[in-house]
Amino acid sequence: MRKILLLLALLNTACFAKAQTIEDIIKNVKAKLDKVSDYEAEGKMKTNVIFIKAPIAKVKVYYKKPNKLRINNESGISFIPKGSVNINLGNIFINTSGFDMIDMGKEAKTNLRIIKLLPKDENSDVVLSTLYIDETQSLIRKAKTTTKENGTYELEMTYGKYAEYGLADKVIFSFNTKDYKLPKGITFDYDDGSKKEESPDKLKNKKGKVEIVYASYKINKGVPDAVFK
Amino acid sequence: MWKLLQIELFKIFKRPRTYIAFGAIAAVVLLFQIGMKFDGKTYLDLILNNVSDSFEVDDTFKGKLLNGYFICFAILNILLIQMPLLVALVAGDAIAGEANMGTLRLSLTKPISRTQYMLVKFMASIIYTLLLLIWLAILALFGSMLIFGTNSLVIFRSEIIEQMNSYDVLWRYVAAFGYAAVALTTVSALAFLLSVFAENSIGPIIATMSIVIVFTILSEFNIPLYDKNVKPYLFTTHMVAWKGFFYVQTDAENRTIDGSIQNLPAILRSLGILVIYIVGFVGSAIWIFRKKDILT
Repeated sequence: MRKILLLLALLNTACFAKAQTIEDIIKNVKAKLDKVSDYEAEGKMKTNVIFIKAPIAKVKVYYKKPNKLRINNESGISFIPKGSVNINLGNIFINTSGFDMIDMGKEAKTNLRIIKLLPKDENSDVVLSTLYIDETQSLIRKAKTTTKENGTYELEMTYGKYAEYGLADKVIFSFNTKDYKLPKGITFDYDDGSKKEESPDKLKNKKGKVEIVYASYKINKGVPDAVFK
Repeated sequence: MWKLLQIELFKIFKRPRTYIAFGAIAAVVLLFQIGMKFDGKTYLDLILNNVSDSFEVDDTFKGKLLNGYFICFAILNILLIQMPLLVALVAGDAIAGEANMGTLRLSLTKPISRTQYMLVKFMASIIYTLLLLIWLAILALFGSMLIFGTNSLVIFRSEIIEQMNSYDVLWRYVAAFGYAAVALTTVSALAFLLSVFAENSIGPIIATMSIVIVFTILSEFNIPLYDKNVKPYLFTTHMVAWKGFFYVQTDAENRTIDGSIQNLPAILRSLGILVIYIVGFVGSAIWIFRKKDILT
């Protein structure tokens, strides 16, 4: 009898899990992210853009609800890509009622649930967001956002000790870069004969990557607004 | 020799026009620094126009970018093209000035060889060039560091942006100023050579400047015919190699390696070419001067 009851309980759980709708998944993810009102994180940022040669930077990332985010390199200069506010995943859910959700099933390799968010507002800059969600942990592992103005952003998250808040230990932010060129008459470059890896044409519209590896977060300790100015 | 050098230096620094160069450098540097202090962000807008579509370029970013190291690089970029004129003012006058004043024959009555006389004259020109560069370093580098502070250095090249940590910059400036000393000595040597042919210092000064201008324009042409056959042999092509100290090596992921130089052998090759030019110009000047009839 006990075995039958246990089996029924397991079947019930399995049926419940299967029945989890995309609305539930999004709700769970959002609930996790909502635990964080603000944070101050320290980490190291690597910039990988074809026309920028930059060192690894120590950065502080500040976030405050609803959508304030600032990346500061306090000991130097860092080129921060536009749209970097999207590294805060809560940004996606600022207005959930403004999206239509489409269930795209599961990704075969990773078993992540793919959900597409289409904004209802025709004037919205975001055209489409695609989320790859780990249902069991209610964590977004990957996100792609296509915008009208600034192309497509991609996010890849790796979680660790701050997973309960939906905060990643490592974020890779990919973005579109436009071509960079200054007239030689301005720069008076020295041609040292170094081989150029690619022709100038190929430098156009390349993907850039910024990788932030977080060392620590101070969550819900308050962040002054002055930081974001 | 030392006594002769002292006399030559005394003569150089006794002339008021010697100080024109120091004054001109101070004026350019100070005007640039004032401009950058009050309107530097507008200047940056022009350069950052290319990246502002992809990156955040707010006032905080621009404020950090406008640091002493960046200002100094911008000043050197402008001034090291114009400085040959200032160097030629003294080197072009070295022999022609004496001939013009009618003191050349008298000077050569001293118990020294013509070679020694020429070497001393040239050494005095080098010292003047070095003092000019030290003056430039004090104003442009240390002055800018004092006014604007220090931060990472970002160099905007025509197709790439180089970025260095602040602690990795100062030694590059030391190397760059050292290289610039050799580059300007090349111009000094050219003016010195031309000075041997003239009996009025205006001629060698203008001739030197004309050569430098024509060669600089040729160096900046992007015509394949000149790229391969002409540019590598022009000293002006190699005069800008000081910038090579600010071109940094990167790892596989395009991250800069502290303390690295992208192509040191190329810089050393350029340095070698400039030294050959100096030896060629000064050697020719001495050879011609030794054979010359001194009539004034």
